[in-house]
Amino acid sequence: MNLSSEIMGNDPAPRLGRAAIAKRVARDLVDGSTVNLGIGIPALCADFLPDGIEVLYHAENGILGFKELSAPGEGNPNLMDAGGKFPKLVPGMAFFDSVESFSLIRGGHIDVTVLGALQVSRTGDLSNWMIPKRGIGSIGGAMDLAANAKKVVIAMEHTARGGIAKIVEACSFPLTAPNCVDQVVTDIAVIDIDRANGRMILRETAPGWTLDDVQASTGAKLEIDGDIVDIA
Amino acid sequence: MKRSYNLAPVPINKISNSFAEAVSDIPSGASIMIGGFGGAGGQPTRLMMALRDLGVGNITIIGNVAGISKTTGYGWPDHLDPIDQGVFFESGQATKITCSFPVPGTTNPISEIEKAWREGNAEVDIVPQGTLIERIRAAGSGIPAFYTPTGVGTPVAEGKEHREFDGRTYLLEEALAADYALIRAEKADTRGNLQYIGTSRAFNPAMATAAKITIVEVDEIVEPGGIDPERVGTLSTYVDRIVLRDAEDPLP
Repeated sequence: MNLSSEIMGNDPAPRLGRAAIAKRVARDLVDGSTVNLGIGIPALCADFLPDGIEVLYHAENGILGFKELSAPGEGNPNLMDAGGKFPKLVPGMAFFDSVESFSLIRGGHIDVTVLGALQVSRTGDLSNWMIPKRGIGSIGGAMDLAANAKKVVIAMEHTARGGIAKIVEACSFPLTAPNCVDQVVTDIAVIDIDRANGRMILRETAPGWTLDDVQASTGAKLEIDGDIVDIA
Repeated sequence: MKRSYNLAPVPINKISNSFAEAVSDIPSGASIMIGGFGGAGGQPTRLMMALRDLGVGNITIIGNVAGISKTTGYGWPDHLDPIDQGVFFESGQATKITCSFPVPGTTNPISEIEKAWREGNAEVDIVPQGTLIERIRAAGSGIPAFYTPTGVGTPVAEGKEHREFDGRTYLLEEALAADYALIRAEKADTRGNLQYIGTSRAFNPAMATAAKITIVEVDEIVEPGGIDPERVGTLSTYVDRIVLRDAEDPLP
């Protein structure tokens, strides 16, 4: 374990790309669920939905039911997603205002949200809205989503620039919500969080990576519960 | 406080002749809601420019995603030069903003709001988006405060009343009203009923209910009956002034 947040040594094998992270997250999305995807790697998940699976995407600016989230539309300012991009109008879409949009979130009607993170702690605390050094940040819909979605999945690179651990024993950055993250999917690992008991369980690694390799890039203790398989 | 019934007649035709005229009575020190989500759609861009040209100072802005379009292009078609709530910080008019998303992920280049904040010229009050919209909704619907689960265990919760319901902890958040709301709709009838289009609703309908004076910028004005009653998104009661955009306006 590396509690100092300084990563030593070299990678044993290549890390996965952003698209591969998104693809791994998309694999677990359940047919018919209502899903909110954050900006960045999470938004890419829409491109990798397995065949035969349909999910209802929610964008907090007021769209439910659009697919091909990242497919560019016509640049119509009145058809925007929460990332400020312009998706296509597809059959079955619904538009609504922000009161309705956040009733949907706060009321617990979002099945899964996929978000980015600056830090995730062993107990599932999430920090993703402010770097203390900068002193100013943006919350947007992240606190509502993290606190109220039925399942919170983090899709991110495992370490920050310079190899600094983002998966930590306790977050040093301001929290988005405590004890909320269920799963972390990174460029080297898939980790489940047992929120009730504050345990991180390593489930999958990038090909060529071992538990020890992943642990060396992680600031919290990883446990094993069953086989560790390659991320596919 | 209960509103008093003013016996002076209220003009039923609410149409202003220009954007400048519509905002002309906004005083220094006013609190002003700016509708939309962030990005061009649903943003009252011409009303914002009129407020900038009016030049009044010490104003408080209440918005959502605020001031990131100019540096990132957020929510603006590629061929246009974005205008966002940063204009009031660039002009030095705004001394405070309450919003959910005041800065982009990058500081290169630095946004007008962050610049004003760094130089100590503006206070930035960052509120979770669902709490912000519900505070505005509450103000317009006679609810002084409400409990929400969002923000518990974060810096947002500091100094706020906590209460447990059914085993879960909630925060008490207070209603948020304003002196003026500048909003945007697709269509108004002459009485002030509004119809919205696509994702342009966002914060507009709630803000319309939460300000003393609500001013709307529209693309079309029709006679009563010109909006399907099933499609009225904001009731005329909430709307005080209507300004029609130029059909040839190159800005969205």
